[in-house]
Amino acid sequence: MSNAVSALQGEAHTGFATITEQGLRGMITLRGDLSAAPMKKAVKALTGSGVPQMRGCVLSDSHGVAWMSPDELLILCPYTHAEAAVAELSKALAGQHFLAANMSDARAVFAITGSAARQVVAKLAPVDMAQSAFSEGEIRRTRLAQAPAAFWLRDAEMIEVMCFRSQAEYVFELLKRAAQPGSETGLF
Amino acid sequence: MSTRLGTGGRLIDRATSVGFEFNGRKLKGFKGDTLASALLGADQMLVGRSFKYHRPRGIVAAGPEEPNALMNLGKDGHFEPNARATTTEVFDGLTATSQNHWPSLEMDVGVVNNYAARFMPAGFYYKTFIHPRAAWKHLFEPFIRKAAGLGKAPKGRDANTYEHLYVFADVLIVGGGVAGLQAALTAGRSGKKVLLLEQTAHWGGRVPVDGAMIDGMDADAWINATVQALENMENVTLRTRCMGAGVYDHGYALGYERLGDHLAPTTLPRHRLWRIRAKQIITATGALERPLSFAGNDIPGVMLAASLRDYVVNYGVSAGDRTVVVTNNDDAYRTALALKKAGLEVPVILDARPQGGGALMEDCRAIGIRVETGKGISSVKGGKRVESVSICAQAGEGAVLEEITCDAVAMSGGWSPVVHLWSHCGGKLIWDAAQAHFRPDHDRPPLGADGAGFVSVVGAANGQMSTGGCLNDAHQQAQAVIKTVGGKASREVAAKAGAEPMAPMAAVWKMPQGAGYKLRSKTWLDYQNDVKVSDVQLAAQEGFESVEHTKRYTTLGMATDQGKLSNINGLAILADSLNDEIPKVGTTTFRPPYHPISMGSIAGEASRELFQPVDKTPLHGWGEENGAEWEPVGHWRRAYCYKRPGESTEDAVNREVKAVRESLGLLDASTLGKIIVKGPDAGRFLDMMYTNMMSNLKPGKCRYGLMCSENGFLSDDGVVARLDDDTWLCHTTTGGASRIHAHMEEWLQTEWWDWKVYTANVTEQYAQIAVVGPNARKVLEKLGGMDVSKEALGFMEWAEGQIGGFDARVFRISFSGELSYEIAVPASQGRAFWDALWEAGQELNVTAYGTECLHILRAEKGFIMIGDETDGTVIPQDLGLHWALSKKKDDYLGKRAQQRDHMMDPKRWKLVGLESVDGSVIPDGAYAVTEGTNENGQRETQGRVTSTYYSANLERGIAMGLVLNGPDRMGEVISFPKLDGSDVKAKIVDPVFYDREGEKQNV
Amino acid sequence: MLVLTCPCCGVEADETELAAGGQAHIKRETVGASDDAFEEYMFMRENPKGVHFERWRHANGCGKWFHAARCTMTLEVFGTYTAQTYEPPADIRAAITAKRPGWSWGRFS
Repeated sequence: MSNAVSALQGEAHTGFATITEQGLRGMITLRGDLSAAPMKKAVKALTGSGVPQMRGCVLSDSHGVAWMSPDELLILCPYTHAEAAVAELSKALAGQHFLAANMSDARAVFAITGSAARQVVAKLAPVDMAQSAFSEGEIRRTRLAQAPAAFWLRDAEMIEVMCFRSQAEYVFELLKRAAQPGSETGLF
Repeated sequence: MSTRLGTGGRLIDRATSVGFEFNGRKLKGFKGDTLASALLGADQMLVGRSFKYHRPRGIVAAGPEEPNALMNLGKDGHFEPNARATTTEVFDGLTATSQNHWPSLEMDVGVVNNYAARFMPAGFYYKTFIHPRAAWKHLFEPFIRKAAGLGKAPKGRDANTYEHLYVFADVLIVGGGVAGLQAALTAGRSGKKVLLLEQTAHWGGRVPVDGAMIDGMDADAWINATVQALENMENVTLRTRCMGAGVYDHGYALGYERLGDHLAPTTLPRHRLWRIRAKQIITATGALERPLSFAGNDIPGVMLAASLRDYVVNYGVSAGDRTVVVTNNDDAYRTALALKKAGLEVPVILDARPQGGGALMEDCRAIGIRVETGKGISSVKGGKRVESVSICAQAGEGAVLEEITCDAVAMSGGWSPVVHLWSHCGGKLIWDAAQAHFRPDHDRPPLGADGAGFVSVVGAANGQMSTGGCLNDAHQQAQAVIKTVGGKASREVAAKAGAEPMAPMAAVWKMPQGAGYKLRSKTWLDYQNDVKVSDVQLAAQEGFESVEHTKRYTTLGMATDQGKLSNINGLAILADSLNDEIPKVGTTTFRPPYHPISMGSIAGEASRELFQPVDKTPLHGWGEENGAEWEPVGHWRRAYCYKRPGESTEDAVNREVKAVRESLGLLDASTLGKIIVKGPDAGRFLDMMYTNMMSNLKPGKCRYGLMCSENGFLSDDGVVARLDDDTWLCHTTTGGASRIHAHMEEWLQTEWWDWKVYTANVTEQYAQIAVVGPNARKVLEKLGGMDVSKEALGFMEWAEGQIGGFDARVFRISFSGELSYEIAVPASQGRAFWDALWEAGQELNVTAYGTECLHILRAEKGFIMIGDETDGTVIPQDLGLHWALSKKKDDYLGKRAQQRDHMMDPKRWKLVGLESVDGSVIPDGAYAVTEGTNENGQRETQGRVTSTYYSANLERGIAMGLVLNGPDRMGEVISFPKLDGSDVKAKIVDPVFYDREGEKQNV
Repeated sequence: MLVLTCPCCGVEADETELAAGGQAHIKRETVGASDDAFEEYMFMRENPKGVHFERWRHANGCGKWFHAARCTMTLEVFGTYTAQTYEPPADIRAAITAKRPGWSWGRFS
């Protein structure tokens, strides 16, 4: 729909890393037996990827699939495809015990870009952001200060952070402040 | 007088002078100075007044152990009290004022306490101010509070910002002296991740001042080379101005980085709190010198010997022209040597040991310094400055042998390892009689998650008192630590330092040994809290045998320095008074932080707009633009009402209440929780979650449901819609979404894990708008789309379709008693949909309404509100909700609890409506009284108000409340006392005040 | 500030990611239970100095519940395990026995 807007409508800020709200993303919560053949097939058909291992995250330009818990995946797709994707999954998994819900509007996504992107997250999340401890192909669900959040690496210099839509302003302000020029940590 | 020397000062840059202000005077220092060294350089030895007797206080130390030189720093939003001058680096424009004096530092009237000192012994306040009881609150406490306290609380908001940083390391090393550097070097060579923190701005600790050769280099050269080597290791992180503040469970440690304290204020974070997880921690925190206990040891000019030496060597500052050195160990001789080297006078060294010292003593004698062994100080003379000392035999009672003129005294009572970090998490100590100090007992370390020790203490902190010993100890323990974290120790060996032959120190707890009461009552243990040797002795005499009790009774070690200088000396006096051994008396507990850290750093980013997350609905912006008065509900902000220009809150609410009943209202209901429950066992599961039946709800229908805790009490309510055969959508209260979702998941994961049910919290996927009022249907029909007629979409039904081109799920449910549609659209289109409704509703006097209007409308209808009618002690039966308790079901959460005696008690207060006789609004929370008093002498009560409002529709106050036997007492008038002494009479009525038959919602 | 490894997602979770859920291995009593049995279920809890079994939720993480066996005195963690069990698994019990021979807790030892 043309009048659909993301929480912060693409707002951006440049500090020692650049913070950009990423606009609307298609996101589907998919719960079910991740080891079952119909599930693997449905995920593959939709995203082109298999079901990831524990905390795994597979991304392509348009799609992605991330391991959220032992019985939950996050499917990424273009925003406008999300409803159709839910229908597709529901059809493919008919007869199985599963839950597929379009969550595209419930979230906000930020990109932290720059060689110091890891430092921004390290100020806010109780997570080891060293290259050796967190790398591409992984999703981490945690908190950013007081907000529930999850993040993954899009590439070596771009971390994508997902949070609740209602907390988009809070999280944006957190990231902006953490990226304040002059407050670099010298780590990573 | 203290002064800046013509040469010397390894840490200062004489080419860059720095201007600062002290008590309004403009002073100069050099770049690299601490505030303390700059003050001494400007002949400002007097820096404060003591806490109790307001005695003049001078600088005693050169590091964080300083008890006296506490300053108010900065101005306005950058003001900070109780900052130590010794750990404050000067910068251009720094302003400082001294504390605890009036009207001025030099002329302080509080000093009268000093003359009354003999009448104010330990426990004085406890003993004096007990009777009469009432006087404490109104007379004594206000007076003491005014007179007490160091520094001033800041008045305004802190203008600085702060941040946290989460860091993970294999090995955290605290302390950047030579032991810490050696440990880092050894650990770093293994390739494991090493983090080395140093609290000051400089590496190397005190070895460069003490002067040792390491690996054939002078200490400074070795330190520079080592830091360079560490910087070249990618696996090693080094940080100065970052104190290891505390060690906690499971390898958690705090680092306190002072990013901005040495600079003029900026917008950058002032402090950064490192929240560290380390597999192993090595503390190389050094040792602190102890004072000696002689009469007048608190007179400005009496300083710790090593600190006095620090000022000379590091800052080119002398504390005085003529310095008497008094000691019980060899280290203090280094001070004499340093002073001589700087061209200053040392009239005598008094060594309490009968045999005196070792090689260092010989060095002193060789350059002509007079050394007296077996001697001590009988007393120091002087007021605001040392004028002379009288010498006595240490073994005697203080008979004066000789009077020596001097303006400074350098004292050394031995060294206490800084064992704080070892002890924070439970590491135990052993008493080392030879060194007269406590050091870590390596057999009883703090234990980590695996049950093994995770802290090692190296160097002086471990009782190693020579440079070579420190380096060896650090290397060996670091090797062991590396193995513990799974690394391979390298073959390199420890750096070597030349031998430093030292004669044994001797414990000296009183000087002279037989000092009488007169001397002891002038002998200070705790400079900041004014505790003297005589106070501790008195405490022991009065039966305070436990060190923890003595500490509290005398306040020894309870000041902001936490007894860094006074604890061991006090302990020794206590042990002596109790005729016991020091280790038997034990120590007080060391608690983090090692040194005070700012409250701002603890809060981190969580201040101002980031104090807490504020959850905003997709319609928040419209509210901002249209006069919303916000109210927090959970983390959400909801509009309490929408005020038009010039309108009062009350007027806005009354306008909204009438407009909804008369025509059309819009409510942002997006905050209501929405949880999808799906699966073959979903119906069965919801029958357990809700008190009423949900499994037999037909697809397309809605049902109001109640949730109770297993304890029987009401916990949430909301409308459940059945979406299809195996899918339900459960609405929760605002702020209840994540709690109820977690509650459902808890039961699914931990009790009925074999049931096939999935849940998803979809609350934020939708913007939900309640379209309410007689014209609700009209506005939807105007927008066009799906059929919303009574026939197509009856009361308590839902349907999906399009309205005005928006994909919508429409629920025919009502919390107001009016014709009402709750419409969910994707959140990203919420604002556009609201705008469309708003525009279409203009001709129908569409009115946005807030939570207060929502409350009044529901109260007019007698609908309960979770959190108003319920408070965690109310069961559905109390609220007359029996109809919502399924009798068909064997079980639901709370059912068994509701069968307990107390829950079945007929005397439980029950919900009724309350109508004030005079039409006024009964105060919120008011209690209804009855005859008699309870055992506390309070009036007996028979009920309380749970909701109370002014209803603009009924033009009177309406209320609901819980009343004893209420439903059986319709028409009876009961009385609610008000705070002003008058009372309100109210009639017990049916809680439904408006449209009792429910005709309006059913059209 | 404990660290517990969430057995559901493998994260070594900082305590700030976790929510404590009290004692583990409590058998639910409901309609039909005696007052005493229900009281025991609802209100009575172990309060040991030593070995203890607890429920935790990885709240700021994968959202799953799990169980932890740890020592309330030293905070030593003997292991974490699934919440979908009525009793501590054999390997957890063996780990405890190795560290605390002769331990007992409720009906387990």
